Amino acid sequence: MKYSGSISIWFFIGVLLAFYGALILGYGIYELITGNLAPVVLAGLYAPVWWGGMMLALGLFYCIRFSPGKK
Amino acid sequence: MNLTLTITDVLMGSHGVQSGLSLFQATSVLAHLSIIDIIIIASYFVMVVWIGFYLKGKSNTGLDFFMAGRQMTVWIAGLSFLSANLGSLELMGWAGSAYEYGILASHWYWIGAIPAMLFLGLVMMPFYYISKTNSVPGYLKLRFGESSRVLSAVCFAFMTILMSGVNMFAMALVMKVILGWDITFSILMSSLAVALYVGLGGLRSAIFNEVLQFALIWCGALLVPILGLIEAGGWDNLKAKILMNYHTSEYTHLWKGLGHFSTNTMGVQWTGIVFGLGFVISFGYWTTDFLVVQRVLAAKNLRAAQMAPILASVFKMAIPFFVILPGLLGLVLLRNNDGTLMHLVGQDATSAANPNSYNEVLPLMMERYLSPGLLGLGITALVAGFMSGMAGNVSAFSTVWTYDIYKALINKKATDGHYVSVGRWSTVLGVVVSILTAYLVMQAAGMMDYVQALFSFFIAPLLGTVLAGMFWKRATKEGAFWGLLVGTVTSVGLWVWVKMDPSALRYVAFSPDAKAMAADLFRALWAWTACAVVTVAVSYCTPARPLAELAGLVYGATPLPQSDPVSIYKNHWFWAAIVIIMFFIVNIVFW
Repeated sequence: MKYSGSISIWFFIGVLLAFYGALILGYGIYELITGNLAPVVLAGLYAPVWWGGMMLALGLFYCIRFSPGKK
Repeated sequence: MNLTLTITDVLMGSHGVQSGLSLFQATSVLAHLSIIDIIIIASYFVMVVWIGFYLKGKSNTGLDFFMAGRQMTVWIAGLSFLSANLGSLELMGWAGSAYEYGILASHWYWIGAIPAMLFLGLVMMPFYYISKTNSVPGYLKLRFGESSRVLSAVCFAFMTILMSGVNMFAMALVMKVILGWDITFSILMSSLAVALYVGLGGLRSAIFNEVLQFALIWCGALLVPILGLIEAGGWDNLKAKILMNYHTSEYTHLWKGLGHFSTNTMGVQWTGIVFGLGFVISFGYWTTDFLVVQRVLAAKNLRAAQMAPILASVFKMAIPFFVILPGLLGLVLLRNNDGTLMHLVGQDATSAANPNSYNEVLPLMMERYLSPGLLGLGITALVAGFMSGMAGNVSAFSTVWTYDIYKALINKKATDGHYVSVGRWSTVLGVVVSILTAYLVMQAAGMMDYVQALFSFFIAPLLGTVLAGMFWKRATKEGAFWGLLVGTVTSVGLWVWVKMDPSALRYVAFSPDAKAMAADLFRALWAWTACAVVTVAVSYCTPARPLAELAGLVYGATPLPQSDPVSIYKNHWFWAAIVIIMFFIVNIVFW
């Protein structure tokens, strides 16, 4: 939903997902580099890397696609 | 669900509420947050409040504040429609139910939702939308006059706000158990955020936040079943492990054990599931509860209003993947420190040997798989769920209070701006009363049961009244009023009877093997039947309204608008057909 001169809800969602994705991906990369894995099951799958990366990509897509400046 | 559950439990997943009381005694904290987790949770609160401030300037008229300007697209209205229901402990409650009852809990997502959502979109929405009503009680006013409207509005407003308080308390308890947060801190933080963003931006803000919350719930909760399935070795291996550990296939079959009350984990029978849940409870909730209907009434046109519930039904069908599946996975994957299988128990059976209850299965699964950051996201998903449910209650209360009680009974001729002010203040009032209810419930644990039961009494009879109004031209205002009243009294009476004498369940549910779950399903069926019979009988004894007055309100007296031809992928009948096919497929696959 977008009104004249207003920001789409999808842009808000994009911002939050991109922010969360960047944080989670950042932590995942830290784990990957240091080998200091969190004590959780299946830590070797590096879920923060691919899940965080996916959220970041999705968030950026929404940010760009529904950017307030875009017609 | 719970041993003492009600219809509201069933529909809104308030299963965790009562268990929360027992959890209140728990001393251990299930999860420990890192700084990344705290940043994620805090930024979520900042974002929802900021959205409220941002939308304040766009909610100055009654149409904007109460109906979101009727500008919502299919996606926004549809996701908001679903998200309003996804709150109220839905995630944790139903994951716990899946652990306790197995895949039978999926009935509340499939037969207990999909047909009703399609019926709302395909059949009922034109009448709600064409009548331009602001609320479901508003529709009853147009169709049956003031008496039915006032009865339904007062009951709805009262129960909605009490439910909001109960859910607020439950959320605070859950946060205390999972994170060790102080109860007052949790209640004040969440209620302040909800009061701010709904009070400032009205329904539009509530809807925007519900869509945001919907996205977070998916991102935060979806990873658990994915990792769980990887660990279990896939669905077939999961089923094999459940069979090996529990020596029964009842946990993984939807319909196979429903031939008799004693052959399934819930103690129900297929007639209760099909007619009690699939018809009365489901249709009552999804088509007449203003909490959810309000979201689709805000759609920008009739086509969007019809498509929104159909779109929502697609997502609804997928929710068991991240709600029910974690419960099933927990049956075989959760282990104690010594490597033995963890045994979760009912709310009243927790002990030093078995300290965790069913309702903790989702947090336990989160703690098992989610590392810093992801855990914060998972907790945010839970908080988002709670807040969307609470905001749904509060915004619906605000509308019904302002239009159907204040405007109808107290001040009929005020300006639009005055009603918007009343709406804003009633939002704040609603939150304050919710907080008081939360503390009241905290002081008197048994009250929780009664509050939820009170809400449930109204759903089944209201369905009878609304269906009679929409599809039977002969229905009269006297018939509607007395039908609604007798249906409600029947529901209350049966509840009291079983409460005082549990053995009475054999008469209510027609079987000595029936369990508590069956009581809710059959009580709803009885209440609806009583409402329908009285409505028909009284209507035939009283004069009907002229046909000309029913235009736009009743099927057969209303020329439905012909929408412009659209391509097949935009046609709501096409998508409804796809959903029905998917519905049958999932039921057959998991038969």
